[in-house]
Amino acid sequence: MLLDALLLQLGYNATLVALGAASLGVAAGATGTFLFLRKRSLVSDAISHATLPGIGLAFIVMVALGGDGRWLPGLLAGSALSALAGLVCVNWLTRNTRLAEDAAIGAVLSVFFGAGIVILTIIQTLSSGRQAGLESFLLGSTAGMLFSDALTLAIGGALVLALALVLRRPMIQVAFDPGFAETTGISVSRTDFLTMTLVMAITVVGLKIVGLIMIVALLIIPAVTARFWSNRAEHVVALAGLFGGLAGYVGAAISATAPALPTGPIIVLIGFALFAASLLVAPGRGVLAAAWRYRRFQQRLHLRQGLISLAQGQPVYERLTRRLLRREGYLRADNVITDEGRARAATVLRDEARWQAVRRSDSLALLAQQDDGMTDIASVLTSDQLAEIDARIGGPKAVTP
Amino acid sequence: MKDAMPELVAEAGQQIPDAVSHSPLAIRGMTVSYGEEPAIFSIDLTAEPGAMTAIIGPNGAGKSTLLKAALGIVRPLSGAAMVFGKPLSKQRAHIAYMPQRASVDWDFPTTVIDVALMGLSRELGLLRPVRARHKARALACLDRVGMAEFADRQIGQLSGGQQQRVFLARALAQDAELYLLDEPFAGVDAATERAIIDVLKQLRAEGKTVVAVHHDLSTVSEYFENVFLINRRRIAEGPVGTAFTAENLQEAYGGRLAAGQIEQLVLGRA
Amino acid sequence: MIGAEFVALSLPPLLIGTFAAIACALPGNFLVLRRQALIGDAISHVVLPGIVVAFLVTGRIGTWPMMLGAAGAALISVALIELIRRLGRVDAGAAMGVTFTAMFAGGVLLLEQSDTSSVHLDVQHALYGNLESLIWLEAAGWKSLLDPVALAALPPELTRIAITLVAVIAFIRLLWRPLKISTFDEGFARAQGIPATLLGLALVVTAAAAAVAAFDAVGSIIVIAMFICPPAAARLMTQRLEAQIWWSVAFATLSAVLGYVLAGYGPLWLGGQNSVSAAGMIATVSGMILAAAALFAPHRKAS
Repeated sequence: MLLDALLLQLGYNATLVALGAASLGVAAGATGTFLFLRKRSLVSDAISHATLPGIGLAFIVMVALGGDGRWLPGLLAGSALSALAGLVCVNWLTRNTRLAEDAAIGAVLSVFFGAGIVILTIIQTLSSGRQAGLESFLLGSTAGMLFSDALTLAIGGALVLALALVLRRPMIQVAFDPGFAETTGISVSRTDFLTMTLVMAITVVGLKIVGLIMIVALLIIPAVTARFWSNRAEHVVALAGLFGGLAGYVGAAISATAPALPTGPIIVLIGFALFAASLLVAPGRGVLAAAWRYRRFQQRLHLRQGLISLAQGQPVYERLTRRLLRREGYLRADNVITDEGRARAATVLRDEARWQAVRRSDSLALLAQQDDGMTDIASVLTSDQLAEIDARIGGPKAVTP
Repeated sequence: MKDAMPELVAEAGQQIPDAVSHSPLAIRGMTVSYGEEPAIFSIDLTAEPGAMTAIIGPNGAGKSTLLKAALGIVRPLSGAAMVFGKPLSKQRAHIAYMPQRASVDWDFPTTVIDVALMGLSRELGLLRPVRARHKARALACLDRVGMAEFADRQIGQLSGGQQQRVFLARALAQDAELYLLDEPFAGVDAATERAIIDVLKQLRAEGKTVVAVHHDLSTVSEYFENVFLINRRRIAEGPVGTAFTAENLQEAYGGRLAAGQIEQLVLGRA
Repeated sequence: MIGAEFVALSLPPLLIGTFAAIACALPGNFLVLRRQALIGDAISHVVLPGIVVAFLVTGRIGTWPMMLGAAGAALISVALIELIRRLGRVDAGAAMGVTFTAMFAGGVLLLEQSDTSSVHLDVQHALYGNLESLIWLEAAGWKSLLDPVALAALPPELTRIAITLVAVIAFIRLLWRPLKISTFDEGFARAQGIPATLLGLALVVTAAAAAVAAFDAVGSIIVIAMFICPPAAARLMTQRLEAQIWWSVAFATLSAVLGYVLAGYGPLWLGGQNSVSAAGMIATVSGMILAAAALFAPHRKAS
């Protein structure tokens, strides 16, 4: 069944939804990355919640004009306008009052949402007997999606994606170093606004499928996930698009296999599963790799410090240090230094002396800035420089107990 | 909550040396690492009782980190600090701390006297009301730094130097034996600098110990009697006359101070 | 409107709305000052999964299971956010975004999967509450306030939010000094031995408790407005934290009362027939107050 869904064998509507969700995921993942790199992910939360009053007002206007009220492009246009109003409010509050951006975001998202709910209850009383179905924009609904809806989403998603790719250089520069970007002639405020406009467009496009509360997930989660796998901004953008598309496609396919599997939440949870896996196992930035490296580092550090203390005839205070020294065979069970420990301590002591000589040397002093206690001196100095230093300080001195 | 600080644990047959048990602040084997690059490595420091010690070193040498680690504000990877021979957690009442001015948001809705009163918070506990005598003490501390007339001012309206003085007043209100100050002279006007150094000298006259992160090499020998030179590692420690030498400065600052500059600094100390 | 009908139909929702607004605004003051306003956002989104899980475990809608479930979800979300932030080296905003959207999605999915049609638990109700339905049918006028039989039939939500409000006030009062010091200068607080991390966690738990108790009345999204709008507006009115707290209480009360009245009677005044969402209107009013403060308040600009 799931396989059928993944291979688009579950009928016309399911296929439509899966393809639509995939294209939305790619566009949202890529666009959200710029927001994430700029460390303003949650502005998207304000934008998405701020769409609600616009949806309601657009409905009222369209009904008043004698239309259906549920015409998707009209509703989306309304949502875009009120999202823009929300964005303007966030920026205005941040710039013109002493409030910080987080308070502005929270205020705008909740107040706009509240106003939206008020408008929805008005609509309920207006269209008595006729279900407006606007609630579906809260959590998304793909039931009864029309081909024209899917086409709207696909075209919208593709347009946003294309724009994001065209504008990626200035957006990345601003995210990385706004001050520097300004000096190269890029307007930070204009670039920020462009980024936000793209985010707004994605939000509007995604409302139908995942709803306004969870669209934020499609903007944020793929970007955070991608960041674990690459340190290069452009790669992160591409990977985020990939992860977003994957979540959208697989999520929509899974949701098509059973009635009680709503599309929006499934897509978000697939995205989160990809994130959680990356958080754990990604090389480099992944938690397991980092924890293992950190533990190794901590042990190396304690050993080194312990050896320095032994070499200088000082007591080793910490239990962990003593345990590590014993484990390496540098200390006996009764905490007396072994021959091996003495030899090791002598070389550590010589490295300390070498660093000191480097610091004192007129010609090499700048290299000493790389010394943080744990850097191998042979990786900083050439063998000639090392030989010169050794000639100055003499060979390793024996450590006596 | 448990203190983030390991304690020095002596094993049978080991003695905690006298230097550690008598010093107002003894740090041993302190390493702090952000990520996998130590900000300070295996630092030993022994503050002399009743003296003023300057912690000096180039930017990024770990001066503030050392102070924060000594106070348990950042968690050291190894090492420990002892205050008057006892673990830090038992000695908090005897320590006053003045953080860097830039470390807080001066837009916080509070007044000058309220900040000074924060120095009395250990004494006031959770619910004891602020009485006239507490206010009087806070005001007296503000007066010592020349800020009494600003007591009801919102802190955001003060100049940098005035904010620095308020922070010092709060530390004075803590009425401690050991004063740890992070860049007390950073970015202040000449009058404030004078006011602060006068207060610090009074403290020394009262037998208190002062350890301050200091960045202005030209005033070291005038203000302090001891120096601690650091550049991620401990470079030198001791009286200005023996530790504040051209050789040690060269070692701490590497190529970042011109030879002429060093000579001037060292010769300048009388 | 001052009569038997008022006591039965309007007094309980008014009180519940007001208590909820104050209970959220009080910890909200510290969240806003600590630049953690969006923790309120995160907490309120994860209340839904917490309640759904509590329902699935106990099989019924009870006060305490719901409170525990939601508080547990809030703690889990805060722990997850910290974990992602620290271990994944991701900024706080993104870590929050990942956490609360995923937990919210999980809550919606569980709700759809489980048979909750028989009980009073649906997504829309969870999102924007149902303040109007919290009525006191036994009341026969003001004298019912002294009638133990009638009092026993007060909506349980009222008792719950009243107890929560008292607890929130006690928390803020008891830990006022350490809260204030660690919010202003965390390094100094730690140097004095104040357990700043634990205190921050306690603040979040308190906020979560307020969010849960308010959840029934105003729903999970509008709770955010109560966390942020009254304290933010209050911050623009004064330069003293003590006064800010009082302003935020005043603004919270005003939002709740005015919002409820406008929602109930506003449409009638405008010639309409049905009332609109009280919770939505309360949020809207709090936003209006913030807008007014941002335009005219004496201390709106940073000095």
